[in-house]
Amino acid sequence: MSIATEAGRRRERARNGWLLASPALLLLLFAASGPLLIVAVYSFLTPGDYGNVVWDFSADGWFRVFLERDIFDGTVSAADAHLTIFWRSLKLSLATTAITFALGLPTAWFIATRPPRERAMWLFLITIPFWTNLLIRTFAIMEVIRNEGILNNVLIGLGIIDTPLQIVFTETAVLIGMAYVYLPLMVLPLFAAIDRFDFKLIEAGYDLYASRWRVLRRVILPIIKPGIVAGSILVFVPSLGAYVTPRVLGGGKQMMIGNFIELQFGQGRNWPLGAALSMLLLFIVMVALLIYVRSTTREAPHG
Amino acid sequence: MARRKSFSVTALPGFRSIAVAVFVLLYMPIVTLVVYSFNGGSSIALWGGFSLRWYEVAWGNDVVQSAALRSVVIATCAALIATTVATMAALGTTRRGKFPGQTVIYVMINQPLMVPEIVTAVALLIFFAAIKVATGIQGLGYLILAHAAFCVPFAYLPIRARLEGMDLSLETAAADLYASPWATFRRVTLPLMAPGIVAGAMLAFVISLDDVIITEFVKSAGQDTLPTYMLGQLRRAVTPEVNAISTVLLAVTVLLLTAFFLLTRKRG
Amino acid sequence: MSDDIAVEARNTVKVYGAGDSAVRALDDVSVTIRKGEFFTLLGPSGCGKTTLLRCIAGFETPTSGEILLSGRDITADPPNKRPVNTVFQSYALFPHLSVARNIGFGLEMMGRAKGDVARTVEKMLALVKLEAFADRKPQQLSGGQQQRVALARALAPEPEVLLLDEPLSALDLKLRKEMQSELKRLQTETGITFVFVTHDQEEALTMSDRIGVMRSGKLLQVGGPREIYNHPVNRFVADFIGETNFLTAKAEGGGFVLASGDRVEAPGERANAGEMTLAVRPEQVRIEAEGAPGAMHATVTETTYFGTDTYCHVRLADGTVIVARLQSPPSGDVGLAPGARVGVRFAEGAVQVLGD
Repeated sequence: MSIATEAGRRRERARNGWLLASPALLLLLFAASGPLLIVAVYSFLTPGDYGNVVWDFSADGWFRVFLERDIFDGTVSAADAHLTIFWRSLKLSLATTAITFALGLPTAWFIATRPPRERAMWLFLITIPFWTNLLIRTFAIMEVIRNEGILNNVLIGLGIIDTPLQIVFTETAVLIGMAYVYLPLMVLPLFAAIDRFDFKLIEAGYDLYASRWRVLRRVILPIIKPGIVAGSILVFVPSLGAYVTPRVLGGGKQMMIGNFIELQFGQGRNWPLGAALSMLLLFIVMVALLIYVRSTTREAPHG
Repeated sequence: MARRKSFSVTALPGFRSIAVAVFVLLYMPIVTLVVYSFNGGSSIALWGGFSLRWYEVAWGNDVVQSAALRSVVIATCAALIATTVATMAALGTTRRGKFPGQTVIYVMINQPLMVPEIVTAVALLIFFAAIKVATGIQGLGYLILAHAAFCVPFAYLPIRARLEGMDLSLETAAADLYASPWATFRRVTLPLMAPGIVAGAMLAFVISLDDVIITEFVKSAGQDTLPTYMLGQLRRAVTPEVNAISTVLLAVTVLLLTAFFLLTRKRG
Repeated sequence: MSDDIAVEARNTVKVYGAGDSAVRALDDVSVTIRKGEFFTLLGPSGCGKTTLLRCIAGFETPTSGEILLSGRDITADPPNKRPVNTVFQSYALFPHLSVARNIGFGLEMMGRAKGDVARTVEKMLALVKLEAFADRKPQQLSGGQQQRVALARALAPEPEVLLLDEPLSALDLKLRKEMQSELKRLQTETGITFVFVTHDQEEALTMSDRIGVMRSGKLLQVGGPREIYNHPVNRFVADFIGETNFLTAKAEGGGFVLASGDRVEAPGERANAGEMTLAVRPEQVRIEAEGAPGAMHATVTETTYFGTDTYCHVRLADGTVIVARLQSPPSGDVGLAPGARVGVRFAEGAVQVLGD
């Protein structure tokens, strides 16, 4: 009897829940999730002459992601240009993750160990860039590293160099830019993990004869690992799909997957290839997220 | 008496210096950008004295004016829509225990946070292009809906957090005092969750105002927002006009964020 | 002489903050703790006992004064260089390491060989009777088991001194009693000097060889449990440790005269003839028939039954209330109703003259 009413209550709760969530779900289905399915379909169609697609099945889009056919003799070989772009995307994303971690860990630690009243202010200072327009931040860092920018002016003024360093429009510029814009994404989850960290454990570490370095490596890092994984995913995922930063700082020369996808919908006029590339990017990101979810559920009992 | 250097448990070698350097590096470019928006000269590298010239130029530029107006219209509509649906979703998915499918709802609502923006942008480009061809309907509606969709999780999270922090017994008490379910919602639940709703709406507004990629892909000709206008400008020779526009956007963001923090902090 | 001294604090001062808001957590504390003894720092919260412990461990640096370990000044040594280990109040077990790895942590950090570490860990697991839990994570253990892991971890490196910061406060009463005897057993078995911090006077009395009573950063009295209980130096110590009747009295001709006019004999010197405070433990108060020779006249005001004991409040002629702790008879009723007229007498040598 009571089981029946409990089950009934659960059913009603589920009905109400779905009913109340349905406007949000419909909106997302229409303008976010649903269209992704269309992209999957488009990746198997034939490109139209002026963009868009012709509704004929073709695996050519996927084929051309990795391979190219010689237009004269029809031989198939690896699409070197594409592989270069993939490799650059992967390399820059990993490097961005590493740099933001190296800088983000001390920053998050610093914030978490401030007195409580000061902490909110430091956290706010990290949050402002986090919410500031990505384009504006990219533009701001460009002003610093461009040939006539402050960095070069200061270096020339100090007599360290004679001619401006060419940083913008290089891979280095894209890397600096991505590290700059994605740093807050690393700091915030690291802070959250350190904030939950029981500092008595550090005392226990020192009490048991560990040096500072060993306390960091053997006590702190293993315990804040969920925060490290979260921060790395939060930086790696948008880095891999970056579009604005490589476009502005790479000057069209240092293309990443995001720019390459856009190219297919613009001058490239190969929507199926663009769609296939999008699906590939989505797939990689989902794999990364899956790894994240699995690592956090395993770590969960440790808090 | 000689001062003793005490052993600090939380200190780690070099961490403090790196952290301070990070804050300097984080703010130096932004401060430079703001400073050069007041440059009297036409260069973003050479200082030509303090002036509001570029703010006047930006203000006098019809394209900028209409882009700014469009940005605000889109952000306002998108924030309103996103906050409304997010509030309902939050009410349906919090506090009264788990129900089957809750995780599905949760994953769907947060989907815009997980899918790379460029992929969503491409998807919307394809989908909306097809609708435009099929129906012939043009207008800002596409941009508003696209923005509303990716703003949903940003509106949802603070509202949900607020709701979860609320005591269920308050509503029980209201019901005990003869309030109907609707009266309980209107007189107790809604006022209590209001700060969360306002906070969510502000985040949604900021997110919409700042969007570049999805807007760039979805917009038709002549539908530039401020960020896409700026992106276009960055291809040409840049004047401090871009700095001036950036500074205004930055100021709006900082203002809304400060308000957001004050709102969410009062909870304690 | 210093051969048998494990820890010595010399004029140790610890000041937190500065200016008007400065707090003297330790106010010129000097104490010596002997090798192999179970020494307890006892006092209410905020008395400075934990600060003194943390100064010995190295987590706090004294503002002035020295800390010596076996005669060697270690004031400037960081905690990881001190042969001293701590059992933390919250245990501070590493959540990411198994029980065995937790226990072996200190030895690993000291650079001991793997086999050596494994052997000691095994020995420690046996010592605290947790052999079956070696591979568990700390959060899979009960509170009492976690406590034993924390003990084993701190004992494994064989420290010169083991510091225990209210380690039993998180346990329920029954478990606390068990752990008290367990701690005592471990201390006897290992022969390591224990410095134990607690605010529980009963715990201090039952476990310690010597007790140091602290209040407001000052060390008031150091002595064995019996000495502290039976000869408290002042009103605070007498009040903090056990229950006490305080009586105001004037010295007169080798004895004292209470406000009620009753005469009380007490040993010891009495230099001034002014008002003094006498202390009598409730269990040393005897209730007799009214008019018994040498007994004071009193009226029962209240009796409270506590199981093994019954507390009986009596009022003297001037209104002074004295509490007597009587053993409950088999019937449970001591037969003293409020209003009953009785005689009251203090046991021989039970009256203590307090310093202030």
